[in-house]
Amino acid sequence: MSDVRTLDVSALPPGAFGSRTVTFWGTLGIVVIESTVFALAIGAYVYLVSRFPAWPPHGVAAPELRWGTLNTLILLGSLLPNELARRAGEHVDLGRVRIWMVVCLVFAMAFNIVRAFEFAHLNVMWDHDAYGSIVWLLLGLHTTHIVTDFLDSGVLTALMFTGPIEEHRFVDIEENAVYWYFVVLAWLPIYGVIYWAPRLL
Amino acid sequence: MAVGLTVVTLVALLVASVWTGRTVASLQASSAISIAITGHQWWWEVQYEDAVPSRRVLTANEIHIPTNRPVVLKVTSRDVIHSFWVPNLQGKRDLIPGYTTALWMQASRAGVFRGQCAEFCGMQHAHMAFDVVAESDEEFARWLDARRQPSGDPPDTVRRGRDVFMQARCAGCHTVRGSDAAGQTAPDLTHIASRSTLGAGSLPNTPDNLATWIRDSQRVKPGNQMPPNPLAAEDLEVLVSYLETLR
Amino acid sequence: MTRRVDLPNGDSLEETWADPKGLYGWFTHVDHKSIGRRYLVTAFAFFLLGGALAALMRLQLSRPDNTILGPDLYNQIFTTHGSTMMFLFAVPVMQGLGIYFVPLMVGARSIAFPRLVAFSYWMLLFGGTFLYVSFLLGAGPDVGWFSYPPLAESLYTPSKRADVWAQLITFTEVGSLAVAVSLITTTLKLRAPGMTLNRIPIFVWAQVVTSFMVLFAMPAVMLASTALILDRLVGTHFFDVEHAGDALLWQHMFWFFGHPEVYIIFIPGTGIVSTIITTFSQRRMFGYLAVVLSLVSTAFMGFGLWVHHMFATGLPQLGESFFTAASIIIAIPTGTQVFCWIATMWSGRLSVRIPMLWILGFFTIFIAGGLTGVMLAAVPLNTQVHDTFFVVAHFHYVLIGGAVFPLFAAFYYWYPKITGRVLSERLGTWVFGLFFVGFNLTFFPMHILGLHGMPRRVYTYPAAMGWGTLNLLASAGAAFMACAVVIFVLDAIRALAAEMAAAPNPWNAGTLEWATSSPPPNSNFPRLPTVAGREPIWENPPDQPVVVGLRADARDVLLTHVLDAEPDHRLLFPDPSIWPFLTAIAATVLFIWSIFTPWGVVYGAVPAFVTMVGWFWPKSPNEGGTPLWPLAHRTLPRPNEAPAAGGAI
Repeated sequence: MSDVRTLDVSALPPGAFGSRTVTFWGTLGIVVIESTVFALAIGAYVYLVSRFPAWPPHGVAAPELRWGTLNTLILLGSLLPNELARRAGEHVDLGRVRIWMVVCLVFAMAFNIVRAFEFAHLNVMWDHDAYGSIVWLLLGLHTTHIVTDFLDSGVLTALMFTGPIEEHRFVDIEENAVYWYFVVLAWLPIYGVIYWAPRLL
Repeated sequence: MAVGLTVVTLVALLVASVWTGRTVASLQASSAISIAITGHQWWWEVQYEDAVPSRRVLTANEIHIPTNRPVVLKVTSRDVIHSFWVPNLQGKRDLIPGYTTALWMQASRAGVFRGQCAEFCGMQHAHMAFDVVAESDEEFARWLDARRQPSGDPPDTVRRGRDVFMQARCAGCHTVRGSDAAGQTAPDLTHIASRSTLGAGSLPNTPDNLATWIRDSQRVKPGNQMPPNPLAAEDLEVLVSYLETLR
Repeated sequence: MTRRVDLPNGDSLEETWADPKGLYGWFTHVDHKSIGRRYLVTAFAFFLLGGALAALMRLQLSRPDNTILGPDLYNQIFTTHGSTMMFLFAVPVMQGLGIYFVPLMVGARSIAFPRLVAFSYWMLLFGGTFLYVSFLLGAGPDVGWFSYPPLAESLYTPSKRADVWAQLITFTEVGSLAVAVSLITTTLKLRAPGMTLNRIPIFVWAQVVTSFMVLFAMPAVMLASTALILDRLVGTHFFDVEHAGDALLWQHMFWFFGHPEVYIIFIPGTGIVSTIITTFSQRRMFGYLAVVLSLVSTAFMGFGLWVHHMFATGLPQLGESFFTAASIIIAIPTGTQVFCWIATMWSGRLSVRIPMLWILGFFTIFIAGGLTGVMLAAVPLNTQVHDTFFVVAHFHYVLIGGAVFPLFAAFYYWYPKITGRVLSERLGTWVFGLFFVGFNLTFFPMHILGLHGMPRRVYTYPAAMGWGTLNLLASAGAAFMACAVVIFVLDAIRALAAEMAAAPNPWNAGTLEWATSSPPPNSNFPRLPTVAGREPIWENPPDQPVVVGLRADARDVLLTHVLDAEPDHRLLFPDPSIWPFLTAIAATVLFIWSIFTPWGVVYGAVPAFVTMVGWFWPKSPNEGGTPLWPLAHRTLPRPNEAPAAGGAI
């Protein structure tokens, strides 16, 4: 016991949602890092374009639009269950969280499967030339993200069924949604580069 | 205001730099002499360009230029990145495979100026030197003309040396114009005896050193692309005698 | 308002925050002080290894046509020396100082992501070990620390050497990125109440600015090294000419990282300089805002200079001119910092103790290096001295002057705080003198050697060039530096054997790390401080409140708002855990496996996934301190809801 001026924080809540949490800033850090990776890979793509008179070089056909565009729609579509899961998390509604997380996982399975078709229909192999290499690298980088997104969302969803579930877990649901948004939105410029640059340049 | 000051300073420095660069580049007037330099691990391929193919000269590791005339060098590499640098005459330029860039050079006095590779290019980067010999117009013309001549028939005394050259598979890599040796991957030897060094500056060019180099260049320049040649002593001696006729 | 309250029981708080003892326990540590110490010791060990390699180089170069080291070994040694210093020493040691001191300086009990920082340490250790084991097995990388293709491609480097280099990058940069995210988040969310943005210590600002640079720069080298491994392993063609790849693409990608990298090393050094000048002038920094803005503008500008490493490649002249201009004006913010430092020293009561001695050494050495840097920015001069010993001299002056001198200052300054013991002033003067003289003897002649035409990365040189005397002088200087380092190490060990005698604040400094014991207790501060000024120890009024109300039986941490550091909420931080170590093992297996076969990525991903699940999965039902489902009522506020109560003094 002592006579000291004090700032009593005992009434503060044991956590919070949104940008107030440390995990939000951690996720933001990952987003910055990965955005930089994507931007640099796109930069490398643009650099290689400048080195060739025709693009794609050597008369290679552009990647087939069908699969990439389909996957873009699936990815964009997944933002709906993602947002609903996020809100359910913020409202601490376990029932809804479970439903929408499972729907998200179904979308994730779909866009991972369609991604395999995208690779098969790029019309160029990674070891054909620098164009093939950069296209596979760009698509491969994004694929790492949709795979990890699927896996970590899967683990989180499993946890929401098996437990133990405390109130904090709902913050994790919200943070997961932020990362999901990044993965989908980062795809848009990459889609533009892979599928449309060869057609428009 | 800080941002504004930064921008103003940047622009001023930009202008100054462009102006300097322009001035430096404009010193390259109409150049009559154009030399293509190709870097290899670890030697320099030198070709004097000419509109008439038969007047082109191919040599290695030694460049002659006339004094007080600008010379354009067109540089590239066949394998890894090297850098062409003659400190007394010009700043360096990287030789990058897939790119050919041009730089000019001009000697204001006669002399022999040493150059050395200035971009790490592997095991023997330290032993990739060359000489630039600046001489009068007449001396240069004489040198160039002599380099144009193919090697003649060797005198009888050393004809067997040429046979050794072919049997020992030297011709697999080296060219001697005027003979059947037409290898493309190693320095042209048509006028080897007139060069000042062996192995791109590794040894002075003497008959003894030539024998040492042929027998086992790995001792002198470990890792270089030329394999050892354990020839019988008489074969080596007559081979060297033959090569000494290639002036 | 004064309230009589029960402050947390000292003993239970200490137990709560203690990391476990014993061998197994050592692998589970998450205390930022423990991890920070490991970072400092390990990075310093790599400094010694890198220095030993440099000594071997100087031995070989001391005479022309020397035969102590053949070309193959020499090429491995200079590559490993550079890679060690840049990736295993310079960045990790600065991050180590950040890990140890940023939480203390902002008045927190922990760093933001303790397990992530522990994981990063293991990645540093395993990556460096991987490099040196490879070196000892004759597979040390030998294509220079920036590994230019095509030389680094499999056609010209068929062995695994270049793959070892590329994976070293992956190990160290993954760790550095994770630490950077942790340091930024700590500074934004864990500051003591009252520590508004303009009260953040300059050292912390330097660490934050550096961490942002890390986030934007390191992805470039990771992408480049990944592309190189892909070229070598699965036949992609990013950099090989025969299939339309481009050798210059590597250089752009690498130097986009490589130039900011040197500021990543230098800016924390300036943070140390600001700290020590403040303390040994006994006044707050003159021009705090100018100094902070200088740090930020240096960081921005640092990303616009990279092409000055490529002036010899024959790029278009207008492009080169822009980079010349940018490379010159970046001297301006650094110059601004120098003037603020001088003004602080001039108007304070300067005392030249050992840390300050090293700062004075920093001034001369770094500024000399900065001047040659401005020279190098001009293309005509650059094309002469690029890739010569002039450049070697330049970057050693700026790196050793700008980072190693402040680092020695930091060691002498903070040794009492970290260990509770004091280093010898007498020996410290000898260390400084020998190092200063030795450094100049070694590196000054190199300017002349470069101007005389001696290229770099040569394992020997001909006697006829006349470079022998200056090289001998340089090698002699290296011996002086080695002596200095040996004496320093011996003194540091001797001091540890003595008993703890250091006071909490022997230098009468102003920042919060000195407001607790030496070494700090497990909880950092038995009573968490609040602050009312930039130098809290000097400026806090005597009745400045302390924080109460955090739990003493769990690792309860206070989180505050980003801008004004008002208290926001509390969070239970993780207990010691073996999962960071296990995840690092799994990642190591994946990284090493994948340089032998691409399937390594697939198979290696499985244990990595398992360990990450183990890391994340809750260890006990309400380890987060919040109610279990089903909830009687919510306790966590939504993003825009105010905290339940509290936050007012």
